Amino acid sequence: MNVLIDKFDVFAGGFWLTLQICFLAAIGALILGAVVAVLRISPVPPLRALGTSYVNVFRNMPLTVVMFFAAFGLPALGSNADFLRIPVIDSLFTRLGTDLPYFRFALIALVLYTAAFVCEALRSGVNAVPSGQAEAARSLGLTFGQNLRYVVLPQSWKASIVPLGSVIIAMIKNSALVGFFGVVGDLSQTADQLTSAEGYAFVPVALGISIGYLIMTVPLGTLLDRIEKRQAVAR
Amino acid sequence: MNDVTTGEPLIVLDAVNKWFGPLHVLDDVSLSVGRGEVVVVIGPSGSGKSTLCRTINRLEPINSGTITFDGQPLPAEGKPLAKLRSEVGMVFQSFNLFAHKTILENVTLGPIKVRKEKPAAARERGLALLDRVGIANQADKFPAQLSGGQQQRVAIARALAMQPKAMLFDEPTSALDPEMVGEVLDVMTSLASDGMTMVVVTHEMGFARHAANRVIFMADGQLVEDAPPAEFFANPRSERARDFLSKILTH
Repeated sequence: MNVLIDKFDVFAGGFWLTLQICFLAAIGALILGAVVAVLRISPVPPLRALGTSYVNVFRNMPLTVVMFFAAFGLPALGSNADFLRIPVIDSLFTRLGTDLPYFRFALIALVLYTAAFVCEALRSGVNAVPSGQAEAARSLGLTFGQNLRYVVLPQSWKASIVPLGSVIIAMIKNSALVGFFGVVGDLSQTADQLTSAEGYAFVPVALGISIGYLIMTVPLGTLLDRIEKRQAVAR
Repeated sequence: MNDVTTGEPLIVLDAVNKWFGPLHVLDDVSLSVGRGEVVVVIGPSGSGKSTLCRTINRLEPINSGTITFDGQPLPAEGKPLAKLRSEVGMVFQSFNLFAHKTILENVTLGPIKVRKEKPAAARERGLALLDRVGIANQADKFPAQLSGGQQQRVAIARALAMQPKAMLFDEPTSALDPEMVGEVLDVMTSLASDGMTMVVVTHEMGFARHAANRVIFMADGQLVEDAPPAEFFANPRSERARDFLSKILTH
């Protein structure tokens, strides 16, 4: 078990990198998922079709395949995902700005994949708002955007937040894949590094990285339980 | 009874057809409603009367025929449709007050966001309207804290806040406890005597008798009769209407 103490800095570094990619991916997926959700409930049929196709593609494809497309497809198209080297943000999250593009590729794959689930979580919240609310807003002359902003979304987030949390927890666990697509030094790749390259016993290392993931996911789950309870009282 | 102003009718439906799948809910319906006129639509459930009411502000699109409001055909989508809807007030059976907003916010949302009125002015007018429907003292409560009758009166105030050219009522008293029906009908009656153009789908025959200029009887998607209330109730022309009236008036 000495590996946990001897290599604490390696575990901590892996934890930190995984936390970074999850934080960025969560923000990206929430934004993109919200856009796709608006497309899916839009009154314009082509936009609806676009949103639905997006969800159908990314919800039904294995994340590994999406990762393959990002890590091998983007370079084949001549892109190093340099648009993610956003000034200021890339100095906070230094991996965004490195010449090695794999962190950015993995981030793109996680965002694209998770956004489909975020969209569905948001939409389930919107569907939980009685249809009469949107109808009343329309009958007053509110536009689609005003209707969402002032009437539907303020009532839907309560019903969305618990499924959204589950989506983010799943995303944190899914991020364990990024180590297999060239991202060096995240939690799961740390395990690979310590066992195959440095010869440490597998079980203690696996315990170490498990603790790392649990530190991220368990508090999130507890928070969701609390929110759920508070909602039950409010009703 | 107010005098019906003459001139170009405000609402005109011409040969309107609508299907829900195989069900022909509106079968070649033509109807015109003059300015200041109060038209009450009655009929058995499933006769298409609610659908008829909802087509006038295009909450239900139609399959064929034309509907014109104030001389303009109904726009299909987007901003022009939103503008039309802002000129037609609607009151629903289930009130549909915005559950997350206070009573006063319910009444001022439309004027502020759609008409771009100054919030202070909209609030002042909103309070006056709430006073008119008798619930000014509840302005800061949420809809769930009010009785059904109070909620429906707020819904009427919310629609009036847009200063609509016409008001549509889709079974406004059907979800109310019996002792609250009167307070809502009182508000509607006072609106009618103020000269508001109204299309009212209802089962309240008393309201139809004393407040309507015309009674429309619908059955199976068709407009069967169109007559002044006294004439309709005393002497219904169709077998279908006689049958309907005998069923509801004997109890």
